[in-house]
Amino acid sequence: MEEKRRREKIPRQKMPEQDPKERIRNFLEVPLGYPPDVAKLEAERCLQCKKPPCIEGCPVEVDIPGFIKLIREGDFLSAAKKIKEKNALPAICGRVCPQEVQCESKCVLGKKDEPVAIGRLERFAADWERERGEVSIPEIKEKTGKKVAVVGSGPAGLTVAADLTVLGHDVTIFEALHKPGGVLVYGIPEFRLPKSIVEAEIKYLQALGVKIEVNSVIGKIRSVDELLNEYDAVFLGLGAGLPLFLNIPGENLCGIYSANEYLTRSNLMKAYLFPEYDTPISKGKRVAVIGAGNVAMDAARTAIRLGAEEVHIVYRRGKDEMPARKEEILHAEEEGIIFDLLTNPVRFIGDERGWVKEIECIRMELGEPDASGRRRPIPVKGSEFRMPFDLVIVALGTAANPLLTQTTPGLVLNERGYIVADPETGKTKKEKVWAGGDIVTGAATVILAMGAGRKAARSIDEYLRTGKW
Amino acid sequence: MFRIVSKKTLAQGTVIHMKIEAPQIARKARPGQFIILRVDEKGERIPLTMASTDPEDGTIDIIFQVVGKTTALLSTKDVGEYILDVVGPLGRPTHVENVGNVACVGGGTGIAVLYPIAKAYKDAGNRIISIIGARNKDLLILEKEMREISDEFYITTDDGSYGEKGFVTDVLRRVLDEKKDLKLVIGIGPVPMMKYLSFLTKEHGVKTIVSLNSIMVDGTGMCGACRVTVGGKTKFTCVDGPEFDGHEVDFSELEKRLSAYVNEERLAMERFKCTCEK
Ligand SMILES: Cc1cc2nc3c(=O)[nH]c(=O)nc-3n(C[C@H](O)[C@H](O)[C@H](O)COP(=O)(O)OP(=O)(O)OC[C@H]3O[C@@H](n4cnc5c(N)ncnc54)[C@H](O)[C@@H]3O)c2cc1C
Ligand SMILES: Cc1cc2nc3c(=O)[nH]c(=O)nc-3n(C[C@H](O)[C@H](O)[C@H](O)COP(=O)(O)OP(=O)(O)OC[C@H]3O[C@@H](n4cnc5c(N)ncnc54)[C@H](O)[C@@H]3O)c2cc1C
Ligand code: SF4
Ligand code: SF4
Ligand code: FES
Repeated sequence: MEEKRRREKIPRQKMPEQDPKERIRNFLEVPLGYPPDVAKLEAERCLQCKKPPCIEGCPVEVDIPGFIKLIREGDFLSAAKKIKEKNALPAICGRVCPQEVQCESKCVLGKKDEPVAIGRLERFAADWERERGEVSIPEIKEKTGKKVAVVGSGPAGLTVAADLTVLGHDVTIFEALHKPGGVLVYGIPEFRLPKSIVEAEIKYLQALGVKIEVNSVIGKIRSVDELLNEYDAVFLGLGAGLPLFLNIPGENLCGIYSANEYLTRSNLMKAYLFPEYDTPISKGKRVAVIGAGNVAMDAARTAIRLGAEEVHIVYRRGKDEMPARKEEILHAEEEGIIFDLLTNPVRFIGDERGWVKEIECIRMELGEPDASGRRRPIPVKGSEFRMPFDLVIVALGTAANPLLTQTTPGLVLNERGYIVADPETGKTKKEKVWAGGDIVTGAATVILAMGAGRKAARSIDEYLRTGKW
Repeated sequence: MFRIVSKKTLAQGTVIHMKIEAPQIARKARPGQFIILRVDEKGERIPLTMASTDPEDGTIDIIFQVVGKTTALLSTKDVGEYILDVVGPLGRPTHVENVGNVACVGGGTGIAVLYPIAKAYKDAGNRIISIIGARNKDLLILEKEMREISDEFYITTDDGSYGEKGFVTDVLRRVLDEKKDLKLVIGIGPVPMMKYLSFLTKEHGVKTIVSLNSIMVDGTGMCGACRVTVGGKTKFTCVDGPEFDGHEVDFSELEKRLSAYVNEERLAMERFKCTCEK
């Protein structure tokens, strides 16, 4: 009993972070990670529930009390191993999972107090293992002689590849860009997910025996049907790589980027290191980011680090409706990002050289909830006004990229262009073809993409062993 | 890694012809398509058209003009050296059919982009009227190749050092006035040339195809860097193009978007020259 009371007194341990004044001048990671003693203390807080509800909140069902117990005992390497039984990319998920709506939202401690910092502990264990070079390679089953092609190297594709390789199949990943990792390398910035971590995960996959062919746009260099001539099964993990625009006048002025372009230039092409790296990026003095999701926060925080004097988030709904994670919004606020809420752009105005110089906006008010459950923004008549900006980043989200799907006969798409696939198995309507991740669900999360990859791997393995589609 | 198997200097050293080993791309590429390459780890991704391909040898040909840092760096690479990344074939292939009289109008390095398209039209049985031009005689490229596939052939230079003095559009205007029953004009070159050419052919009501050279990053429709306005709608050059109906393209917008990075391009080139001279 006393033991229990002692535990209850431990507060949720704070994450040490780079100071906001400091960090807006660099691209280094913001949260610094728990030191071992802090991790052990945080691990003490877990009640080791008999029927742990936290596991239900995790899309891949990590044995949360199991790995936390190992951290508490100081066996960090075994903790990492335990997580990896269910989650192949813990260093990444520990950092980018929206824990507040997943595992941590279900933790019993959260009812009275704050939940156990599951994500931070997961990150701790994974970092410990990686930094010590102690990454263990699982036992690989006897070779089956079956070949699988995985299209796309985002979290969905990486998971499928890892799982099937361990099961003894021969896997090749085809990636359109010159670097594998999907959104993890081209979208999420260095200060939130260091690229060296993604690279370490990819190296690990290659050590397992996964082959990766970069610079391979499937649908162009080879069709899916051509892959099927050579491979026994094909998995499509294409992501949702089509940027959405507002479709208002002036959107093609210079100085207006999609978030995809802006982040790709900065992250994948390392434009933040221009001119050491060749790819340029417009830095802007007064920057507007349209939208308020995670992608918008990433773009805004990148802009401030590139040296902008003022960065605004322009969003048509209110603060409570912002889709970004709370932590991201908080970080953005700490870094001095200004939020222009209930504000919607109606057109962009350029100068004589064709550069954006102003945005005309209209004020909004909130009406009844819409289909998404969020209150619908309604324009206030006659409330138009202008704000000066020399750089605009449109971060409205993404849709399905049609490059592959529209050139693959037999695939069935839904009305929005996403691939129709069985949520339990990932099977598409085309025989021997599976799909998962954002190209099936629409833009979602890393862990959901991984979960979809895991289910598809199971189904592909079953097919390869039984021959039954 | 993609090996350079041959290299030739055309046009006073400012235009380079390279053959690169890329068997898979060579097998798949069709006229009108392009690649994106990255010379080295710190390099930018730049698009270049495949001037021709050899599926048997597994090679593709690129012809590029040295205009900035990346093309300058590429021009220093020798036979036997490697280019880090080459991705393709990208873009829609040219839609080729037999329509009759086709005018193929090329300016400067645009002739390199024009040649495979013109050849495809020739092979499809069309009658080809070629009009190619450059600033002066030494800058004119692919004269022999273009001549071989042409039924009528004209050359212009801005300074009159070769062929007719003037612009390719001057000859095109004459051809249009002569009412040669032109069914199609394909015009590829600097933006001002394509703009004026499209204006001319619109007056004469002759269908016109242009190939746009927007700034690109991924080349798969993921970023929107290459967006252009065509017929009042936003299109992505890398996946919807690069060829579009010249009468519908907003060339002024394209011109402005191409100048988005002039300062950075100048800086990159200056830095590059420094390291080269050392
Ligand atoms: C800026 C940004 C920030 C985000 N932040 C978070 C976060 O904090 N937490 C979180 O959980 N989620 C976040 N997300 C969402 C998350 O990244 C995605 O849901 C996830 O990456 C989807 O994984 P995926 O494997 O389906 O596709 P992707 O990661 O999109 O990868 C798809 C890959 O397939 C390749 N590809 C596409 N077409 C072809 C083709 N025809 N041939 C070959 N290759 C092809 C692409 O180049 C890409 O590399 C963020 C997304 C963005 C854009
Ligand atoms: C589909 C496509 C096919 C192309 N095919 C060819 C080809 O076959 N041969 C060839 O020589 N060039 C071609 N280009 C143009 C080529 O991509 C550019 O010349 C190249 O990107 C310049 O890079 P740089 O770093 O050397 O110069 P930069 O320093 O980037 O630019 C120097 C100058 O070139 C202009 N420029 C920059 N980017 C482009 C661009 N994408 N297109 C045109 N001008 C640009 C700038 O405005 C500047 O004035 C093509 C472009 C596209 C989009
Ligand atoms: S994978 Fe994500 S949701 Fe699952 S336990 Fe880890 S942080 Fe929580
Ligand atoms: S619900 Fe919370 S306290 Fe219970 S096992 Fe999970 S993390 Fe520990
Ligand atoms: S180059 Fe990125 S969409 Fe065309």
